[in-house]
Amino acid sequence: MLKLWKIFSKGLVTENPLLILMIGLCSAVAVTSGVANAIGMGAAMTFVIVFAELVISLFRKLIPNDARIPIFIIVIAAFTTMVDLAMKAYWPDLSESLGVFIPLIVVNCIIMGRVEAFASKENPLHAAVDALGMGLGYTWVLIGIAAVREILGAGAFLGIKIMPKGFQPILFFTLPPGGFMVFALFISMNLGIKRGMDARAKARLETSKEAS
Amino acid sequence: MNLASIFISALLIDNIVLMRFLALCPFIGMSVDVNKSVGMGLAVIFVTVIATMVTWPIYTFILVGLDLKFLQILVFILVIAALVQLVEFFLKKNVPGLYASMGIYLPLITTNCAILAVTFDVISRGYNLIESVVYAVGVASGFLLSLVLLAGIRERIKTAPIPKFLQGTPILFVSTSLLAVAFMGFAGLIK
Repeated sequence: MLKLWKIFSKGLVTENPLLILMIGLCSAVAVTSGVANAIGMGAAMTFVIVFAELVISLFRKLIPNDARIPIFIIVIAAFTTMVDLAMKAYWPDLSESLGVFIPLIVVNCIIMGRVEAFASKENPLHAAVDALGMGLGYTWVLIGIAAVREILGAGAFLGIKIMPKGFQPILFFTLPPGGFMVFALFISMNLGIKRGMDARAKARLETSKEAS
Repeated sequence: MNLASIFISALLIDNIVLMRFLALCPFIGMSVDVNKSVGMGLAVIFVTVIATMVTWPIYTFILVGLDLKFLQILVFILVIAALVQLVEFFLKKNVPGLYASMGIYLPLITTNCAILAVTFDVISRGYNLIESVVYAVGVASGFLLSLVLLAGIRERIKTAPIPKFLQGTPILFVSTSLLAVAFMGFAGLIK
């Protein structure tokens, strides 16, 4: 149980795909001008990564090593197509505003990276848990960035006005440069948290050494 | 829409990196120095154009004809992956000089989302083959331009005093943000 929690939680902070591993960045900046988009993108991404890791982990012993990359791509592309078609059918507005970024999940390096580094070696349960951690780690960062950008840039959250009447929306944050800026601050924040955690772990190690 | 305006808007107004946030991974990863970034940019131009020239006819004549449009994502990514491999083999055997300067970037290009995005764009915008190729050259040149700009900034950043909390990657995104502000000046260039 502890091991599962470890696998799950590393995606959230210490190995966060966006903020630490710095992969799969494109969609993180592009779709975060509103919280609704961020939730949609996060959900789509989590769906694809969970099923891709699960399927590949189930078949890991049957997949020949030389042909693994094309097989991974086909599996990922199949689930991406499902999400794309489902979204077009049930949530056409969301699909419209996410645009090309849904089909581009297929080349999102987070999925390829996790499948190659983790799912192709571990059992299905671990793979699914890892995927869930990575997917949620991706989603919280997306929602966090989107919340900052939407509140400051439009004075709203999920499309509902929340700022006081006198608030003048700062247009900068909804435009592309604002996305880069907020993202930079998020990386900086996460690095700070990680540095703090490392320092605490080191201190604990030293005190335990002294005690013994 | 005439070809010049397609090119200019793809190159500057809708710059693939700064305005549409595509290809950020190679943008951050490959902009370490100016020479390398030029090599990477040229390789991207080359592959994007070839990929567009191959996927456009496949979609227009095969997928539409057989009513298999839903396979677009799957077919395009496989075609691009295979194509990059072929280009790599071809260059290695026939143009070793070019391979030596460009070869190491080629495997990275398969996962460059800009290329896949271009092939989807030209379909959804309904461009014909010539317009598609012009668009592909424009987008890929836009990538080269922003990559070289960031690489230049990075060489300056190396010696600059940077606040501790922004050291490393955060400062790169702050620089990118400012570059994007500059590029917003191009908006409205074409009516």
